[in-house]
Amino acid sequence: MHAQLEPVLTDLEQQFGASQSEFRGQARLLVAPQHILAAANALRDQHGFEMLAALSAVDYWPERTPRFHAVYEFKSLAKNLRLEVRVPLDGDDPELESITSVYPNADWHERELWDMFGLRIQNHPDLRRILMPADWTGHPLRKDYPLGYEEVQFSFNFEEIEARKPRPKE
Amino acid sequence: MSSLEQIEITTEELRHLVSPRAIEGDTILLNMGPQHPSTHGVLRLLLELDGEIVVNCIPDIGYLHTGIEKSIESKSYEKSEVMTDRLDYLNTMGNNLAYCLAVEKLVDLDVPERAQAVRVIFAELQRIASHMVWLGTHMLDLGAMSVFFYTFTQRERILDLMEMAGGQRMMTTYFRPGGLWRDVPDGWVEGVRELIDDLPRHFKEFEALISKNPIFLDRTKDIGILSAEDGLAWGVTGSTLRGSGVDYDIRKAEPYSGYERYEFDVPLATEGDVYARYWVRMKELYESVRIVHQALDKLPSGPFRSNNRKFVPPPRAELGESMEAVIHHFKLWTEGFPAPKNSVYLPVESPRGELGVLLEGDGGPKPYRCYWRTPSFVNLQVLPMLSKGHYVADLVAIIGSIDIVLGDTDR
Repeated sequence: MHAQLEPVLTDLEQQFGASQSEFRGQARLLVAPQHILAAANALRDQHGFEMLAALSAVDYWPERTPRFHAVYEFKSLAKNLRLEVRVPLDGDDPELESITSVYPNADWHERELWDMFGLRIQNHPDLRRILMPADWTGHPLRKDYPLGYEEVQFSFNFEEIEARKPRPKE
Repeated sequence: MSSLEQIEITTEELRHLVSPRAIEGDTILLNMGPQHPSTHGVLRLLLELDGEIVVNCIPDIGYLHTGIEKSIESKSYEKSEVMTDRLDYLNTMGNNLAYCLAVEKLVDLDVPERAQAVRVIFAELQRIASHMVWLGTHMLDLGAMSVFFYTFTQRERILDLMEMAGGQRMMTTYFRPGGLWRDVPDGWVEGVRELIDDLPRHFKEFEALISKNPIFLDRTKDIGILSAEDGLAWGVTGSTLRGSGVDYDIRKAEPYSGYERYEFDVPLATEGDVYARYWVRMKELYESVRIVHQALDKLPSGPFRSNNRKFVPPPRAELGESMEAVIHHFKLWTEGFPAPKNSVYLPVESPRGELGVLLEGDGGPKPYRCYWRTPSFVNLQVLPMLSKGHYVADLVAIIGSIDIVLGDTDR
């Protein structure tokens, strides 16, 4: 891990009670959901992370606490550092504070989190679905949302599949 | 009658997106796309227009959403690789590279030097090919037809080399975790050398055609200005950011696949307008040629993929003689290999900017989560900001200058 990252990690640990870990030289911080906006502010203004490089989530279903991890990748160009911040979220309908006021490009990322994972983003300026149609039900990247596929037709199940195959209406 | 009624979304949903004048019917709401030729794919732009001037621009993506992330999560690490080609179809080798590097980092797998050098050569050729498509279509948007044919001729030569090595023009799946699918064939080195010796001549030709053309200058100078601060705040990367004077190239900042061994410059422009972004990409072409030259000169011999049998299948010839090889082959193609219960985030420099892969394993043979931080998705967010106050014709120039690929945007 980069030596310059050490003071950033200790500072965030003290301020927000974050816990750090490391894997293959990549530093990671676990921050509680109520602190994410303040932590993003501190990262940009005090520690020089100018850029929110990426924002996504992981669903650990059937685990409930935490069911989700929101994953933020921050980048500092001046110091050439990267930092991953993870926010654990509990339950099926979790809420997450928007950080669009700090990093404007979180806008579409957070809309994607809502669309794909159903994380309700608080204080987002325009929380609509982004990748799926507006009237879509469910959140496709959740682990309890099945991956659809078409059954392969063989001679033994040909008629069964043929009978319920969707056809264009007359 | 309000022009709102002609549009699918209801007035209520639109109210906070457009100006009050649109609700009263003073301005026109116009759908550009999803299939408009100058939106470079399936992008719908909802424009609020005052005459010909863009008051608001609301991008609507998602028409091409393929759910590749979910598909990758249902396949083994090796088998997911074919999905990555389909993400950004102008940067197929680059997607392969990002994915392979992420897998290799997750399971801690070494790659032989020869494979690394070939990967760099292909990644740079792919960058040239992608910039050729960008230049051709960008000029097509601005009304210049012939450049399109010239650039596509050059791109075709690069695709021929990719076909020679990978057996396919675009969806090659040539890089595999641990190295390459197979070694480069005879005649490939000569082919690449012939190509890169010839390419700069064509680049100069394009520049002579375009760079001082008065129509082109009128259409691009002072159009769609992106300041360095805005670029950073909005997470813009790649040539689009370097056109605003920010020296950020992942090949330099966090070298991967042996980029630290090659000498090259990062072209920068300070104006941040459409012309600056054009200029940066044109200069990048020469740098890519420079890198390929160095990589070819120093191309090491030796194995083209790792011989760690837990992750990489044995050579086909060994299967006839070694029981061990048969077992490894069978285990790898039926079970795959397990990855630790942890995650890595790996960024590479694609022709469009930072292409990042977040790959999380769960101890099993399938990726638990595979997220693609695609540059077009992030870069496209600044379009409304850049296009406000410009003419519709300028909007077309701005879209071209951001160099988006919609497969890369929607994933």
